[in-house]
Amino acid sequence: MLAQAEDSWIDFNVGLFLDQFWSNTVDGLAYGSIYALIALGYTLVYGVLRLINFAHSEIFITGAFGAYFAMEALGLKPGPTARLGILEIIGFLLLMMAVAMIISGVSAVVLERVAYRPLRKRNAPTLVFLITAVGASFVIQQLFFVSRGANPEPALRLIRPTEVFTVFGARVTNIQLLVFVAALLLLVVADQFINRSRLGRGVRAVAQDPVTATLMGVNRERVIMLTFLIGGVLAGAAAVFYLLQIPQGVVYNGGFLLGIKAFTAAVLGGIGNLRGALLGGLLLGVVENYGQSLLGGEWRDIVAFVLLIVILMFRPTGILGESLGKARV
Amino acid sequence: MNAHQQAQTSVRAPFGQRVRDWWNGLNRFQQWGVLIPLVVLIYALPILNPPLLTTEPGTDFQIALFNAARFALIAIGLNVVVGQAGLLDLGYVGFFAVGAYVAAILTSPDSALRWDYPWIAIIPVAVVVTMATGVLLGAPTLRLRGDYLAIVTLGFGEIVRLLADNVTPLRGQRGFQDVGRPEGLNADGTAIFNSSDGTPWYWLVVTVIIIILIFVGNLERSRVGRAWVAIREDEDAAEIMGVPTFKFKIWAFTMGAAIGGLSGAIYAGQIGFVNNQKFDVVTSVLFLAAVVLGGSGNKVGVILGAFVISYVPDRFQAIAEYKYLIFGLALIVLMIFRPQGLLGSRQRLLAKGRQAYRKLLGRPEQIAKESAMIDSAKGVQG
Repeated sequence: MLAQAEDSWIDFNVGLFLDQFWSNTVDGLAYGSIYALIALGYTLVYGVLRLINFAHSEIFITGAFGAYFAMEALGLKPGPTARLGILEIIGFLLLMMAVAMIISGVSAVVLERVAYRPLRKRNAPTLVFLITAVGASFVIQQLFFVSRGANPEPALRLIRPTEVFTVFGARVTNIQLLVFVAALLLLVVADQFINRSRLGRGVRAVAQDPVTATLMGVNRERVIMLTFLIGGVLAGAAAVFYLLQIPQGVVYNGGFLLGIKAFTAAVLGGIGNLRGALLGGLLLGVVENYGQSLLGGEWRDIVAFVLLIVILMFRPTGILGESLGKARV
Repeated sequence: MNAHQQAQTSVRAPFGQRVRDWWNGLNRFQQWGVLIPLVVLIYALPILNPPLLTTEPGTDFQIALFNAARFALIAIGLNVVVGQAGLLDLGYVGFFAVGAYVAAILTSPDSALRWDYPWIAIIPVAVVVTMATGVLLGAPTLRLRGDYLAIVTLGFGEIVRLLADNVTPLRGQRGFQDVGRPEGLNADGTAIFNSSDGTPWYWLVVTVIIIILIFVGNLERSRVGRAWVAIREDEDAAEIMGVPTFKFKIWAFTMGAAIGGLSGAIYAGQIGFVNNQKFDVVTSVLFLAAVVLGGSGNKVGVILGAFVISYVPDRFQAIAEYKYLIFGLALIVLMIFRPQGLLGSRQRLLAKGRQAYRKLLGRPEQIAKESAMIDSAKGVQG
């Protein structure tokens, strides 16, 4: 009905897609590693509580605001990239990371305490949990809206993007390299922590069978708190990487879209599965970029949403399957 | 259930329960005797413009009433999906948008597909198209678990909004001007339905609400409604008992979509202009807040909830800026302390069953019921 009115509102630009294939891949991997870090938070909470923590995207943006204010406090000014020595940049980065990770981690734990724990005590049904999560997401978003307004904060640039090397003609900037490597490192650490450490074993035990785990002496409440903490800390790290790549993105609803996409990434890889979150994040970042150059920038978000619906329809367990506690039905 | 609550309930039934018992105790004529003056009063509101209730000078009272009524209609539709069938739909604004756009495309002079049919003929088309959208979305996604469904519907709402942004024939932000309105002229030759006078629109929506309430009420009491309640309470059990859950979930989705589309089409007419703004997720959550606040599953409750959500920011302009924050907080607080909302779900069917049980055995049943929205403490009061 609509297509006949005008048939040029969508076109497939295959030439551009092939031209930009490698640069899209590089950009997609760098951006996708942010998705992966956020996705891990969704996956962990889902694995342990079977809850989609809608407010996780707001935990992320809280971290972004934290890192932003840290930058401001360090004396960075909006406008061109600050001229700083390499040691200064590293120091600033570490400080931003610390601030964002602490703020996100703490707010995730507070969220769990204030919103979810009372519900667990009352043994509330899933629908009630979901509505609370939506409400919490809404409240945090609106807190930023009321206090900081609808406009994004002016961009603060810490690192000037410069080319480090090229892959098949696609340039890789220092920011992209840094983000990709650091995110990968964090994800490996998180994965090892869950799979090797004593606390991680507790997390897996609760994910697998909460009742038996409790009987075996695992403190379920502590595990849940730990899960939210890890998710929050990783979201804080993601916030700093996001700030480096998109300095103008600190806005009250900046987390929303990223949150849905990170959730898509988690489902794509197999929700509840840590390595799945990584795979899903990178894959989504890349696919989204391909879609963008194939269909045009305005279709970028639709590609992600359609992908989400398609995966849920055909393979709701994702690529690697759901397996935080391995044998789950 | 703890001892404290038990003691409290045995002393005095909650207010909502007493009102309900009083209402059920009246006979049909007495019920009409209460209902008719109430309806007359509701219709007379824009003319009376009562001093304490009025939203002026901040907002035109008639328009505020129309908006409240429109919200109520949407809440009734969303209530079918969330309250009756227990499916969390976070993309309900998508259906609203589809209804508004269909009405705009078929009536606006800006559209290439304009039909020269009267307004009353366009509305069913908008409703049918929205229903088709509901089936289209529901068919692939309703097989999913509840929490996945929430996020898919969220995605759907965003897709609708992004399509409105990107698909050129939908005109993005320029939108459609002069969307069609119901015909009819006043004695002095001006149109009865115009964008400045909210009264006829309010009356129209109230009438539509009454019709929809009768319709939805009948659906609830039918096989479909019983299937919805069964799905909401325990989907697996319903499936095992032979309820074709998928089919009835599609039903709920489609009915909800139809009502959403209807309100969208009416809204488009009143505003007279449709573009890609105002169809974002925030609006969806506001709709959800209306349903949950009033009492998911209770038609009177959701109307009350919608009225609060729409009217309070109009009446008290000082809080208008914070309305999203306040209603978001209300969602959390309600879910923790009163998950059944201001007026809890009636659960007529369950209540009927319990009455029968009580008559038969001379004592209330002992099994604690868990409902999708109500914790076990409230459930056993029946």
